[in-house]
Amino acid sequence: MAAAVTTTRQKVGWGSANTVVIALALIPVLWMVSLSFKTPAAILDPSFIPAAWTWGNYDQILNTSQFLQPLVNSIGIGLIATLIAVALASMAAYAVARLRFPGKSVLIGMALLIAIFPQIALVTPLFNIERSLGLFDTWPGLIIPYIAFGLPLGIYTLSAFFREIPWELEKAAKVDGATPFQAFIRVIAPLAAPGMVTTAILVFLACWNDFLFAISFTSTLSSRTAPAALEYFSGSSQFTVPTGPIAAAAVVITIPIIIFVLFFQRRIVAGLTSGAVKG
Amino acid sequence: MAEIVLDHITKRFPDGSLAVNDFNLDIADGEFVILVGPSGCGKSTTLNMIAGLEDITSGELRIGGQVVNNKSPKDRDIAMVFQSYALYPHMSVRQNMGFALKLAKTPPEVINQKVEEAARILDLIPYLDRKPANLSGGQRQRVAMGRAIVRDPAAFLMDEPLSNLDAKLRVQTRTEVSRLQRRLGTTMVYVTHDQTEALTLGDRVAVMRTGVVQQAASPKELYDRPLNLFVAGFIGSPAMNFLSGTLEEGVLRTSLGDFRLSDRIRQEVERSGTGRDVIVGLRPENFEDAALVSPDNRQYGITFRAKIDVYESLGSDVFVYFTRELGKGVNSAELQELAADAGRADAGASGETIAARLDAATRISEGQDAELWVDARPMHIFDPASGRNLSLVDDDGGAISVQAAQDRTGTDRTDAGEPQAAAPDAARSGDVQAAPGQAGAPGEAT
Repeated sequence: MAAAVTTTRQKVGWGSANTVVIALALIPVLWMVSLSFKTPAAILDPSFIPAAWTWGNYDQILNTSQFLQPLVNSIGIGLIATLIAVALASMAAYAVARLRFPGKSVLIGMALLIAIFPQIALVTPLFNIERSLGLFDTWPGLIIPYIAFGLPLGIYTLSAFFREIPWELEKAAKVDGATPFQAFIRVIAPLAAPGMVTTAILVFLACWNDFLFAISFTSTLSSRTAPAALEYFSGSSQFTVPTGPIAAAAVVITIPIIIFVLFFQRRIVAGLTSGAVKG
Repeated sequence: MAEIVLDHITKRFPDGSLAVNDFNLDIADGEFVILVGPSGCGKSTTLNMIAGLEDITSGELRIGGQVVNNKSPKDRDIAMVFQSYALYPHMSVRQNMGFALKLAKTPPEVINQKVEEAARILDLIPYLDRKPANLSGGQRQRVAMGRAIVRDPAAFLMDEPLSNLDAKLRVQTRTEVSRLQRRLGTTMVYVTHDQTEALTLGDRVAVMRTGVVQQAASPKELYDRPLNLFVAGFIGSPAMNFLSGTLEEGVLRTSLGDFRLSDRIRQEVERSGTGRDVIVGLRPENFEDAALVSPDNRQYGITFRAKIDVYESLGSDVFVYFTRELGKGVNSAELQELAADAGRADAGASGETIAARLDAATRISEGQDAELWVDARPMHIFDPASGRNLSLVDDDGGAISVQAAQDRTGTDRTDAGEPQAAAPDAARSGDVQAAPGQAGAPGEAT
């Protein structure tokens, strides 16, 4: 009986804890969604559900290049930075996990250093460097720093994945006649795919959500990304805050993230390595 | 099809440890060679060097007459089966087996044909489109073998391919491996730590210890004429029994009784400068229930009494175990290593259990003070310092003519505490006489 009581209490305990966590995470999001459907007049209305629903805010942002062009920039810059960062990180992580080479610990240390370095401290020097190199307000001007900060994350995540792949698979591939590169591409990389997808999601999220670099290294629509563009929204007069359109834009830029995660979740969870060894 | 020559192969790891030391072996075309030894003896490292997965520190490796020291695995034309099978989990059985051919840019229809042929040999046809995760252990093992045979390589390398199978399947697969090798006639190098596998499979077995080949010979030769203590103790199950012995005027005194040595062996022992202490090795099947030994045969051994601690009947045979004081002599590094490998920490402790295999007709029972006979002819005598087998001087095909001491006068067998038992070594070990009936009563032959 005692066990049953404990179980019930545990259920209640876990249930309420979960509810609190989910509420904390979801209420601001729902509030944002709610705001995006409210009319400008009802913005200050404290009710959770809009009294009158309107698509006006969405109409407004989706019919202006002030938002659409940054959205395209965000997607393009994010995808390119993610692709390059994951490709480089997987090779670096493979080396970290599998090879012995001089300076390995230095490399790992540097990667960690970059990961923990406060980015704000780098904004001014990077701004000057980018201006003199002509990278300011261009796609590469954002892609390069994104890759630089995505790499440490990628190397750490992926080397953990590579370590889990039985080394004998690689030996088997070599004996089967594969060059080291073929072994990596045909055997190791497919098995590390869940790790690569996880890393890609993390790097893409970091790029997508970045505001600091986006606002600092861009000046026009040609490279400004969506989070930075929200800053430049204007209300109907200079005294009104464009709360509705900002909320609508925030909803719009959240949607790709949700799709991205839902789409790849299965692959992340799937234990692809099962069956490799006797198991 | 090719012969493999290992010419003074040495492997030293970057941290300075010596894994394989001066390995020499000529493996003939089509030969089935086993590398066997306890874990850490360098057998897998040797196999990896043949495969090209480990660099060779010094020496020369030739496959089919070509020096391959600096060739990558893909240029050596060898196939390998790993202990963990190392199947590619993201590929189906068909893709796994065809992977090497695909890398070699073989036309798809040829790949298909070869894969199906191999699958037929290995009974894998129904599983060709499954993923390794959906196969049983035995099926995975067969896929691993299939991956090797589709390539039709110059040689197969197998790294403990059966050790992940359960006991019954292992015996079955062992036979299959043997049949497959005969059928394909391909050179095979097979690594195992299981001496039964080694003896049953190999044309030739190389026993390794700490990176050094102890003896490379046919299974029978290894069993009958082990070159040293390590090989003697490693080959055979249950293992050879070791006793300390002392030489005194041509008589070998042990806790079982006294043996008279042939002149040739005595000379060999004297020549080796061992001193008086030696280690005596007797296989379990050298023992017999004295009641079942014909009077004619008794003269070739000695009889003694022992209290049976454990009695195990296997139907066809009976194993009995009894304890003997071993004295200080049986305490060599090689025996310690063997014991550690077998999971026993008490190597060299005085009072080792001796295993004896008796005919199933024996009426000896547990706890009984039984009379046993031991055949002295196949007895081995080892130098405790070097571990060398001193009794191999004979050239008459392995039978070692150690004659039972004939000069002992009749001793009443129940009178175990009789002064003769207080042979020097027994006296040294202290308390042999303390247990009458268990102590070494030098039995009378004839």
